[in-house]
Amino acid sequence: MMTNTGNRVTQGQFSFLPDLTDQQITAQVKYALENSWAVGIEYTDDPHPRNTYWEMYGNPMFDLKDPAGILTELHDCRKTFPNHYIRITAFDSTRGWETPRMSYIVNRPPKEPGFGLARQEGDSRAIRYRISSYATDKPEGERY
Amino acid sequence: MLDADSGVTNPATSVAGTDAPAAEPKKGGGDLDAPQTVDAVLRESQVETVMADLERDLVGLAPIKQRIRDIAALLVIDRLRLNMGLQAQSPSLHMSFSGNPGTGKTTVAMRMAEILHRLNYVRRGHLVAVTRDDLVGQYIGHTAPKTKEVLKKAMGGVLFIDEAYYLYRPENERDYGQEAIEILLQVMENQRDDLVVILAGYKDRMDTFFQSNPGMSSRIAHHLDFPDYSHEELREIADRLLAAMNYRFGEGAREVFGDYLARRLKLPHFANARSVRNALDRMRLRQASRLFADRYRELTEADLTTIEPSDILASRVFG
Repeated sequence: MMTNTGNRVTQGQFSFLPDLTDQQITAQVKYALENSWAVGIEYTDDPHPRNTYWEMYGNPMFDLKDPAGILTELHDCRKTFPNHYIRITAFDSTRGWETPRMSYIVNRPPKEPGFGLARQEGDSRAIRYRISSYATDKPEGERY
Repeated sequence: MLDADSGVTNPATSVAGTDAPAAEPKKGGGDLDAPQTVDAVLRESQVETVMADLERDLVGLAPIKQRIRDIAALLVIDRLRLNMGLQAQSPSLHMSFSGNPGTGKTTVAMRMAEILHRLNYVRRGHLVAVTRDDLVGQYIGHTAPKTKEVLKKAMGGVLFIDEAYYLYRPENERDYGQEAIEILLQVMENQRDDLVVILAGYKDRMDTFFQSNPGMSSRIAHHLDFPDYSHEELREIADRLLAAMNYRFGEGAREVFGDYLARRLKLPHFANARSVRNALDRMRLRQASRLFADRYRELTEADLTTIEPSDILASRVFG
């Protein structure tokens, strides 16, 4: 965790960069639409790295021509979940199934408490490690 | 490292877009290379070719063409004002097209999307044509997502709502059409930069629709009435349609077709250019059967392309 001071969750693309501005998000969405990928918005308040299935905010958006529609939806999502993690994913269907092509976080809680490491002594003194976000000690919806 | 399992291929190309300026600026902002004359804007946007196509391809419709020229002029001048650093509030360009069937409403809407795109008013210039079914849902809570999805698809282009008056059904107070209208109104007002809405339909019913939805009427700046075509214009349309399909009128056939039109105009359900096209299609059928009957005759190109008077006279309007 020393490489990532500030406890920021780093999942997907651009996560080591400063937060993307709306203008930069528009440019990224435009790139996805130009490749005719479907774009979806997902949110969660469980930042565990193995939590790959986030909740979808509305349906994935197919056949859009312009990023404005996705940005509208993103603003709605931010209004509903101001303190959740929100990411934008782009899916490519050229292989006959929807392959994630892009995924980047576009909203994060103001304060990310980071992860705790717990050790468990197992058989033959083997050590098992477990990480969990300090935020997930609280019930869903009250975490951030 | 927490990104190990995010399951995302990370194409280097997509990172490149990060610091590029997002979406080319909608309108040139005060820079020195910006065009300073009407001519420069016209040349840069190549809007004139679209206007010329419109002038050439569409028969009649003088008031419509004039209004489109006015709108184009306003947008060009606004571009110049913006280049000088003057304030140019982007005008509201939502439109209503009313007119009888077959007067060219959809065709013009398609051209309109192209023109607005050339003038940088909309970013993409595609046309999304919908009817009530695409906007209004079947049950409670179905309408809003449906309408929003259509609106999102139309963003950056033109949303064309055909027979818009079906959205409002006063006889059923639980109709979900009203909900779609409210969402439409909200987006038309707040996201004027993102899309242009064109409502189309028959004149009298559109008038009733606007009377019962004053909010809609006041948000639409341009009410365009499509006039019916005159007899002469319809004949010209027939000539062009035939030429486009590689057919031509044989000797005397054009006059017979004029006679056909005069008789057809008096009958009910005349749908202008659409009726002309249908009539031509039926003539092609008759021509084909006529040639078909002559099994062993060697057919020349002229035979295959000529519509004879007899193909027209077989129509039931002459009965």
